Amino acid sequence: MMVGIAVSTNINGDNAEFLCHADETLLDVLRDRLGLMGAKEGCGTGDCGACSIILDDRLVCSCLVLGAEAEGRRIETVEGMAQGDQLHPLQQKFLEHAALQCGICTPGFLIAAKDLLAKNPDPTEEEIRFGLAGNLCRCTGYDKIVRAVQDAAGVMRGA
Amino acid sequence: MRYIRPSSLEDAIGLLVEASGKAAILAGGSDLLVRMKGGFIEPELIIDIKAIDALRHITESEDGFVIGAAVPCAVLGENAALRRAWPGVVEGANLIGSKQVQGRCTIVGNLCNASPAADSVPALVAAGAKALIRGPAGSRTIAVEMVPVGPGKTSLAPGEIIEAILLDKRQPRSGDAYQRFTPRTEMDIAVVSAAVNLTLDDQGVVQSARVALGAVAPTVLLVEEAAEILTGSRVDDKTLDRLAAACSGACRSIDDKRGTVEFRRKVAGVLAKRVALAAYQRAGQK
Repeated sequence: MMVGIAVSTNINGDNAEFLCHADETLLDVLRDRLGLMGAKEGCGTGDCGACSIILDDRLVCSCLVLGAEAEGRRIETVEGMAQGDQLHPLQQKFLEHAALQCGICTPGFLIAAKDLLAKNPDPTEEEIRFGLAGNLCRCTGYDKIVRAVQDAAGVMRGA
Repeated sequence: MRYIRPSSLEDAIGLLVEASGKAAILAGGSDLLVRMKGGFIEPELIIDIKAIDALRHITESEDGFVIGAAVPCAVLGENAALRRAWPGVVEGANLIGSKQVQGRCTIVGNLCNASPAADSVPALVAAGAKALIRGPAGSRTIAVEMVPVGPGKTSLAPGEIIEAILLDKRQPRSGDAYQRFTPRTEMDIAVVSAAVNLTLDDQGVVQSARVALGAVAPTVLLVEEAAEILTGSRVDDKTLDRLAAACSGACRSIDDKRGTVEFRRKVAGVLAKRVALAAYQRAGQK
């Protein structure tokens, strides 16, 4: 009897193995099979960015990736950002700038901002706004998020 | 449903033939997974082509560029040689979706999805790009504009896969450009779009041109009359007015929630002027 596709991958630096169905998205695998609830399902069609993860150094929507595609790849999720009790500078600055309210979009914003700063450590405000255009927030608004990213970028450059 | 990741194009074609119409090709998935989720298609087999090494690269040779079918659009934007040679093609490809979508979506997927509003297609048509197709009967190469035949429909035969997009080696004094109209600045679908590709002689006169319009007909339009107007000109105001009129006249648009027929006609002319000037300036810089 077919029980699913066996997949070996690496998530936040740790090797992980799971079984999934052919039509199961990586978002569903992360949440329902691996218990990583950081990535959220907003739209499920790649428009809102709440399910953003980094797949082999590329920012992607995990709702538009099949679980089976994760074979042999490297996945980074919001769960890998803090080091123990030490928050990532982006997480710390999101708190300090009150850059979240309901929090549904926040893991996606944090991962998208992490990817942005990895590629462009000193972005202009415009570059931040364009870089995060694939992430929608319906309550905080974007100004606080942009300020938090700018502040975190400064901390990370100094670190 | 089954998922298979073949490591050769021959295997992919074999699987596609065997599945006789019940298989879907997966490259970036940004259209396929949305259509599956929406219940519009229910393939029995998903053939992931990203493990086929030959499809994963952009190669530059004496003849020009070969862009593999599995290359995400973000990689086009990161390729300095391609950006330099075909800036209009790259700007079209990089307007599809968000950063997240850019990391996955491909120009071949955009072409095969066959939306009249596809952002990467008008610039490819203007560039004279070709699709290298492989199928059970062998290889064939056709002009990109021959691939879509209507919304959501392509001319590909059963078992055929587009292996790569081919762009010619760039002639000196050439430039191309693509622009679209959208209500938002990002993450939107073109209401009207236009692309122009031209080559100048050593006096700065347009020697050859290609003009394409998107989202104003069932498929992306190659407007030959507009190209004839540009040819022999220095892209002066009078030429631009005639170009705009020809492009407006070529529209076979529909009214929908994103724009009326009248609006699309008007904007097609405005955008054609702007991209013709942008392409002319780029050609002059070379």
